[in-house]
Amino acid sequence: MGKRDYSPFGPDAKRAVESGLTAAEWYHSDVPRKVMKELMTRSDAPAIRDTLLLYGLMLAFAAAGIALWPSWWSAPFWLAYGVLYGSASDSRWHECSHGTAFRTPWMNDAVYQIASFMIMRNSATWRWSHARHHSETYFIGRDPEIAIMRPAELAKLILNFAGILDVLKFFPNLVQNALSGPTAAERTFVPEAEWPKVQRVAQVHLAIYVATAVLAIYAHSILPLMVIGLPRLYGAWHHVMTGLLQHGGLADNVIDHRLNSRTVYMNPISRFIYWNMNYHVEHHMFPMVPYHALPRLHEIIKADLPRPNASIAEGFAEMWPAIKRQLVHEDYFLKRDLPPTAKPYREDFHQYVPGAMPAAE
Amino acid sequence: MPWIDACSTSDIDAEDLIRFDHGAQTFAIYHGIDGKFYATSGKCTHEDVHLCDGLVMDYVVECPKHNGQFDYRTGEAKRLPACVNLRTFPVKVEGDRVFLEV
Repeated sequence: MGKRDYSPFGPDAKRAVESGLTAAEWYHSDVPRKVMKELMTRSDAPAIRDTLLLYGLMLAFAAAGIALWPSWWSAPFWLAYGVLYGSASDSRWHECSHGTAFRTPWMNDAVYQIASFMIMRNSATWRWSHARHHSETYFIGRDPEIAIMRPAELAKLILNFAGILDVLKFFPNLVQNALSGPTAAERTFVPEAEWPKVQRVAQVHLAIYVATAVLAIYAHSILPLMVIGLPRLYGAWHHVMTGLLQHGGLADNVIDHRLNSRTVYMNPISRFIYWNMNYHVEHHMFPMVPYHALPRLHEIIKADLPRPNASIAEGFAEMWPAIKRQLVHEDYFLKRDLPPTAKPYREDFHQYVPGAMPAAE
Repeated sequence: MPWIDACSTSDIDAEDLIRFDHGAQTFAIYHGIDGKFYATSGKCTHEDVHLCDGLVMDYVVECPKHNGQFDYRTGEAKRLPACVNLRTFPVKVEGDRVFLEV
């Protein structure tokens, strides 16, 4: 396929449309309708429990951090608070953007707005980018949420474990959104009717950051920024770590989520922070299944999926060499074996883009 | 407009839907919680996705791809990314058969 062009205005984006890739139907594992209905059933209880726990822990950790400030004894509390602010907000933003976390719509919306602010995403823009990510997962030039492009810029990936590049990109974008609405790239996936909302959200977020910065200057202390803003840097590592595993090293321009997404078994703490998005093949195949039902969905369809990675470490051990190999061989990707019980990968879908990449041995 | 014999009343569980294709058109037929039957166009107005794999909650159908929601009685788009209303179609039940006017 040669050099990839990830621009929404580039030739690969155009080719994805012209070849029929964007209109092709994704593969789904078979799940009886009655079972799927049961899995899709919405409930407020699990998300209320988890949200009270999350916000309660954040309050407790922040209070301890403030009480012990500026002693180094406050550091563990800030690290814990930071992960909840800068990483758990990613999964809350994600699940609530789907509207599946709670049964009650206003609860989804409230948690979505709070999480969007903490993870530094415009709630009006990113709802649309994520819709595109699901329609056209890892279609080059079409999916605005490709975390690891080929060839990967390893230094940038590593820097982003501290959220640095995300934040450096966020603030100029925020100011531009606040002044003039969505950027040209954002206008390719955000409907025009939503553009005023993008601007209003940006103005609210910007006002909160300015107020926090003014308070910090007035108080001659970075403490206000330790509570609002900086945790997006010092607590980002967990969501970057789990996020890279979602699709890293796997295929692009295919319409079988078993080829481009990864399920990883994780420890209970990471699963709480990540809200079960470690079942990522399952989530992409059936995005209307709430996070709390994903383990059950996994049990039902796992015979049709590649073997999940046994841990985060094993996932990285599989992914990292593939990413490094893609530095030299851009078309390389991991093609994992399916169990004998699975339906074969639908290889014909690879032909939707002319010159699609060969599979790795 | 002709009435088309679409399905049996027992083909659709309460608070659920099925897909019905007629000619080049595709429809979604719903069995509401009020016991009545309803019909809309079969694909989400946001993207080209069949609603038949979606979730029916009360009087709302949710698209299986992006979770856009519609009131299937009126077709009204209720949740982003769905912005454009669904087209609805008259439905009548005669005996145990469900008919659509298309």
